[in-house]
Formats: sequence, C-alpha cells, structure tokens
Amino acid sequence: MSILRYAIYRFGTMLLTLLVVSVLVFVIINLPPGDYLSNQIAELKASGQSAGVAKAEFLRKEYALDRALWEQYMIWMGFMPGPHGFSGLIQGNFGWSFEFDRPVREIVGDSLWLTVLVNMAAIVFVYALALPLGVIAAAKSRTWIDYTSAFVGYLGLATPNFLLALILYYYGRKYLNIPIGGLMDPSFEGEPLTWEKMKSIMVHLIVPTIVIGTAGASAMMQRLRANMLDELGKPYVETAIAKGMAPSRMLTKYPLRVAFNPFVADIGNLLPSMVSGSVLVSVVMGLQTIGPALLTALKTQDQFLSAFILMFVALLTLIGTMISDILLVMLDPRIRYEGRES
Amino acid sequence: MTPLLSVENLSIGFGSGEAVVKDVNFDVMPGETLALVGESGSGKTVTCRAVLRILPRAAQIRSGRITLNTEKGPLTLSEMSERKMRDVRGDQVSMIFQEPMRSLSPLHRIGNQVSEVLWLHRGASEKEAKRQVLQTFERVGFPDPERAYRSYPFEMSGGMRQRAMIAMAMVSKPDLLIADEPTTALDVTTQAQVLGLIKELQQETGMALILVTHDLGVVANMAEKVVVMHKGRVMEAGAAEPLLKSPAHPYTQQLFNAAPAIPAEATLAPPLPDDDLILEMNKVNKTFTMRSGSAWKPDVLVHACRGVDLKLPRGKTLAIVGESGSGKTTAARIALGAELPDEGSEVLFRATPGADPITVHKMDRATRTAFQRDAQMVFQDPYSSLSPRMRVQDAMTEPLEIHKIGTKSEQRDKAAQMLQRVGLNSDMLKRYPHAFSGGQRQRLSVARAMMLDPSLIVCDEPTSALDVSVQEQILTLLEELQEGLGLSYLFISHDLAVVARIADEVAVMRQGLIVEQAPPDTLFYNPQHPYTKALIAAQPEPDIERPINLKLVAQGAGSPEKWAEAFRFTDTMVPSLVELEPGHKVRCHV
Repeated sequence: MSILRYAIYRFGTMLLTLLVVSVLVFVIINLPPGDYLSNQIAELKASGQSAGVAKAEFLRKEYALDRALWEQYMIWMGFMPGPHGFSGLIQGNFGWSFEFDRPVREIVGDSLWLTVLVNMAAIVFVYALALPLGVIAAAKSRTWIDYTSAFVGYLGLATPNFLLALILYYYGRKYLNIPIGGLMDPSFEGEPLTWEKMKSIMVHLIVPTIVIGTAGASAMMQRLRANMLDELGKPYVETAIAKGMAPSRMLTKYPLRVAFNPFVADIGNLLPSMVSGSVLVSVVMGLQTIGPALLTALKTQDQFLSAFILMFVALLTLIGTMISDILLVMLDPRIRYEGRES
Repeated sequence: MTPLLSVENLSIGFGSGEAVVKDVNFDVMPGETLALVGESGSGKTVTCRAVLRILPRAAQIRSGRITLNTEKGPLTLSEMSERKMRDVRGDQVSMIFQEPMRSLSPLHRIGNQVSEVLWLHRGASEKEAKRQVLQTFERVGFPDPERAYRSYPFEMSGGMRQRAMIAMAMVSKPDLLIADEPTTALDVTTQAQVLGLIKELQQETGMALILVTHDLGVVANMAEKVVVMHKGRVMEAGAAEPLLKSPAHPYTQQLFNAAPAIPAEATLAPPLPDDDLILEMNKVNKTFTMRSGSAWKPDVLVHACRGVDLKLPRGKTLAIVGESGSGKTTAARIALGAELPDEGSEVLFRATPGADPITVHKMDRATRTAFQRDAQMVFQDPYSSLSPRMRVQDAMTEPLEIHKIGTKSEQRDKAAQMLQRVGLNSDMLKRYPHAFSGGQRQRLSVARAMMLDPSLIVCDEPTSALDVSVQEQILTLLEELQEGLGLSYLFISHDLAVVARIADEVAVMRQGLIVEQAPPDTLFYNPQHPYTKALIAAQPEPDIERPINLKLVAQGAGSPEKWAEAFRFTDTMVPSLVELEPGHKVRCHV
C-alpha cells in the first residue's frame, strides 16, 4: 500500500521538522537580551526589594536559566536531565509561566482545544462557503451572479475583522439573541464537558467562525473562480459536454476536481494564518484561545509560555501540511504515480 | 435517400462581429465520410462544433438550420433545447478532438471516462457498462483492455489516448462521428494506424463521419465527399475523387500546390561531397537517467542518442527525421552545444572552410560565445518562442546587444534590414508579436536567428505548427536565404514530405539510432529499412491513387522485434550502418 508508506514517511519528516522548529523557536525567543527573571531582578533591585530578588534567583536555578543556552534547550525539550531530572516537553512538562506564576499547562489548558475548535470551524466555514460560490461564479462568469458574489467577496476582504465582529455581535444580539463575547457561558468555565456546555460553546462559536473565516473565504472564492475559469477552457471539458453530460455534474466531476488541488494544498497554510490572524479578533471578542496568551507572553518575555505556544502553532501547521500532502496524493494520480514507469 | 445530417445556410458569428461561418450548406448521407477541409481561420472547426452546439459562449448561430434524421424522425439540432441536445451528444452524434492528452481528464481512469457515456445514455449498470467498454477497447486495439480500463491518460502514449477517445465516441454506436483533426497531434505512423482504425470501424458500424482536417493527404485517404472552406465560406464541394483529381476552384488548386508530397517517382541521387564539413558529429551518445522515484526500484537509463554519426557539408541541408522520442531533438541540441553528449562523443564545428574546428562537446566560455554567433536556432512554435512583452525591435536587437555588436542605431538598421530580407515590413519593428500571424511570427523567428549572421541554423520542426500554404512560404524563404547567404541547415522534422522538399541528405532516426541515411531521392527511390518504408507508406499523400499502405506501416512502425531478422536490434546488440550504394547507408546485418 503505497499511500500508507507515504503517510509514514511524511509523519517521519514531520517529526524531524518539528525538532528543527523547536531549536529555531528556542533560539529566537532567547535572542533579545535578558530574560523574564533578569528583567525582574533588575527591577526589584532598583526598587530595593531584596526578598523578591532571592525568590527570582531561586527560580533561575530551579529552571536552569543560569546554564548555557544549549543546555537550557536540551532540558526544556527533555533530552537532558535538569534540576529535577528528565522533565521537558517530551515528558509532558510544558514549563512554568513566570508572568502568571502558574504552570504553562494550567494557563493554556482549555484554550488549546478551543483554539483548534475555533479554527477548524473557521476552516470548514471557509470551504463550505468558498467552494459552491467559487464554482457558481466561474460557471456563470460575467453575469450578475458573478458580479454580486465578487462584490460581497471584496466587502468581506476589505472589512476589518474586529469591525465585522462588532457589527455581527450587535445585530446578532438584537435579532437572534446570540451571546456576546467568549466561547462559552462564564458559568461553564473550568467545568467538565457536559451536553449543556457543548451547546453553549456551539452558540458562542457562530460569530467568531464567521468573523475569522470571511476574509479567507472570499480570497479562496476568488482564486477558485480563476482556477475554474482556466480549467473550463480546457479540451477535456469540451469532451465531457460532447458526451452529453449535464452542466452541474460535468462541473463537479471534471474541472472542479482539477481546480481543487491548490485548495487541498492550502489546508496547511490556512491553519497558522488563522491562528495568528485571529489573535486580534480573540482579544476583541474575548475568546479563550491561546492568541491573547501568546501576545502577553511575547510582550513580557515569558519564555516557556511563548515557546510552548509557538511550538503548538508549529505543530498545527505541520499537521495541516501533512494532511494536505496525503490528501493530494490520494486525490491526484499524477502525483501518486510520479516517477513510475508508464 | 434522405441525408443523415443536413446543414442549410448556416451562419455563425462572435458577438456583433462579422460572421466567421457564412451561408454554409452540406449534407452527410448515412455511412458516408465527409471531409471539411480548410486552413486555420476557415471556420471548419466552428462549423463542426455547431452540429453538436458546443460553441464558445460568445458565438451564436445567426441563421440556418441543422437537421439530423434519426430513426424516430428528424431532429432540428439548431433549434432544440439544451436539455434535449444533451441526449443527442455522445449518443447519436459523438465527437473526437485534436489533442488526445488534453481531451481526457487527467484525474479520472480511462475506463470511468468511457463508461460514463453508457451510464448517461443507456442507464447501464457499472458492470454492464464495463463489459461493453472492454469489448470496445479490444476492438480499437488495446492489447490489454482490462489494464487500459484501469489506466490514467498520462500512462498512455498519444496514439493509445486517441484510441481511448475513439472508444469513448464509439461505445454508444453513434450514427454520426465528428472527428476534429483527430490525428494532427500524432506521429505519422500512428496517424496512419488511427485513420485505418476509424475507417474499419466505420465500415463495421455503418456510421457516417465528418472529418475536419487541414491535410489534403488525410482527405485523399478517407473522404467520399469534400467541402473546402476558406474564411467562413464554402469554396468548393463535391465527391472526393473528381475534386481531388482536378480541383476547379483556384483556392483548392492553391492548397494542392502548397501541399508537400513525397515524389511518386524518384531517381538515385549522387552522394553529397564531404570535403568541407561545417558540422561533424562522431559517435555521439546521450544517456538520460530517469529517476524511478522510489528507493526500491533502480533508475532507468534512456538512450536518446546511440552512436550518431552525422556530417553536414557547408551550404547544404541535413534533415533528421523520426517520430517523437526518436532522439532527433536531442541530437540537434547536442549539435548546438545546448546539451552535453556522453563521454567519448565528438562534435566539431568549422565556421569557415579549413578553420580549426570548435569542439562543441567541450567549450569554454569564450568559445561558446563565439560559437553562438555562428550557430542559431529556429524553434517549432512561433507563438511561444517570442516573448509577448518585447517589441519586435527589442527581440531582434537583443542578440547584438548580448554580443556587444554595433551602436544602437546600427543595431536598429540591421533589424530593419533583416525584416525586409524575410519578407516583412521594417515599419513593423515597433509592434509586439501578438500583432502578427503564425507565419509572420515564424518569419520573425528566422529573422532573429539571422541577426548575428550565423553560418549554421538548426531548424526544429519550423513549419509543423503552420498551415500548408504558410509552410510553403517559410520553406521557400529558408531556401532563398540558403542560396543567397550560403547557410547550412540542420533540419529536424517528422514530416518526410517537407524533408523531401528541402533536404540534401536525410537521416532517419528510431530509438536513438540512425537506421537509414541517404539523399532524399535515393531514400524514396530505394528505401531499405522497414522503418523508413513504414514512414513513407504512412505519409498521407494528396493523391487518391496512392493510399496509405497500412501493411507496410504495421510491419515497420512496431517494435524492432517485428522487423525482418536482418534489421533487428536490441539494447545490447546493434547492427552497424552498412553502405549499400554510395551515400546510402542502412543499419542492418549483412
């Protein structure tokens, strides 16, 4: 089974890439001079609070920040024993957030899967909207349908996300009684997952999904339209029509299949751009995703927290590209048979 | 007898522009073959597409009537609803197209695409459709129908893909088949076989055929009735035999005069002198490695050229003939230094008589620059070989700029002079290539190649993208330039008739080997190699008395194992070239 073999190979390269990314992330975070603790020590010394200084010095030892950079990295990853033995990412210890004074795991907690959830919902929204609209716009190119969808699409592209969020919240509240802000009713926060909680999340998800997905959807729609128009001019479309196929079936079976490749390849790019693009939206809409936490962590040089979040985004990206690569191989025989004798 | 299809007073136009098809009339009888002949822009393609109403969106039928007489009574195709039209397409009337690669979806299996016709029109189950499709596949000549059913188009050669297209068109047993240049993109031997297949199928099923083509040779071999079109109008129409034997209309006569042909009778020609060679290729080998793409399978070696020896005397034309994959283009690229031959090969170029030869197979930078001034190339496709964003003047003076020759105004003067030399106007210098027709563009390509006053020009199929009458003009231009300037040509072609016209010596290549080499007259007078014989036999001649000899084609065009013992070669065992008579060499065991 060649696809299975390819999937395994692809998984292997993903792990390798992740390793390289971890080095890059760690180095880049440590590039600016100083770290959270040394900044704090300087501040405490300036204000003469020696008790705090002792605590900070203790933390420095505790988290091996006094060691060489490569050692810090090895300890962080869990390749090398630190002050508490092997205890790094691969052992499941994500480190300590100095800013929040709590373990990273506790801070990110729920927001990890909420991030995944929000962005998945947005991606599904993007595809569900862009696919039919792009195909219809191409099939009916240069008609009012095409022009209208292009107009709405450009509106979507041009409207700032936070503005769209405010508008949707306002009218959603006014007419549909959609709750404002957050990803669940505050009473469910920290509670175990129940049916009620799920329902609450679903309702809260509607506006963020639309806000995060709209720009992506209109961009994708425009590209799909252009791709489809290219394909519609190809001779195999003529063959299909000459066979006597009905337009709708012909469109979806032939040109769409070919025009679709770039969009499968896009899954990988979509994930990270949505995660990073939705930071602002998350702040505005009070979503409990990791976006706001990342922002704080980067601002305060909270190195373990920011390193972990960056690693998480990288992981999402790599999983996305892996999925799109494997899907491409499954969808396109030309890729599958590449290099094979015919 | 009522005609199967009648087209009456058909006029078609794009938008509000002038009509591209004007007042066209013809009838097709059941079982009859009608050839729609014309050059590009004649409206033949638009006319045949109008029958199935698969016109570009901007085109509309302005007037006229297209009627198909079926068993259930007449159908007015030109007035039917789109919904009803779908039942006719692919069922009573089906169509095959010019480019077999691009006419099949690359992402769907052949079996699926062909079966679809039966699913659509017969409501056949998947199993039942497959049974019928496999039968059709066997009929159109797939050696392993099951495998073809599972294959994707890119796994097949051009000829096999066109067979798949034919199977798709035939599987519903249509009353009428429309074939739009079905063999133009194929090699000449494959073309002969595909034409033969269409003819056989037609005899078996009794369907009628509309054959759209620009090639009078194909017409002479296939048609019972001919309609000659020019600029949207019918110039001449009638039964094939009288029309082909004595065309009445001046335009038809002009077409016939332009069509190159292999001479019906040839005589033995004297061998070329070889005392002053401009280009010499000795034992040229070229091996490509095709990566298998898998660590488990070994890479495949492809021998594009095997021991190619060629000598081009100064001022003469040497043609290399062969089908796609024969290695002819690789040989030309090596001659130009664009590709490095394998170790041990030797390519020598002498710019002037008696000069020290340039070793093209290993040149340093300075020699290469000097060599490039003397050796230039004219490419096949005049549409893609000129940058659409460069004015003619810039494209023409660019070689002079690269080689830092002359001042700006001298360069411009030279460009103007060259344009006139190739029969264009010097006031065209400011235009962009899109303002030129195909033939004019090829003239531009020739003019550009001439800018550096080269002594050798490599022409890679310079006329195969052009209409016959334009091809004739370009060949004449090349001849004039050769005469006036003493140019030498290395001419790459798949068309023996063109070669017969222009070459002084022909080398026939097959699977990287030269199998036969002689002056063209000698070659046509006394062809020895089965492959040469097949090429000659497959060439469709615009002469109804000289039909394609399919038996000779089948014998020679197949794999070398099918040849007579004396000519066979394998990967390891290759007979040498034997000189049969002076200047006539054949690869065979003696």
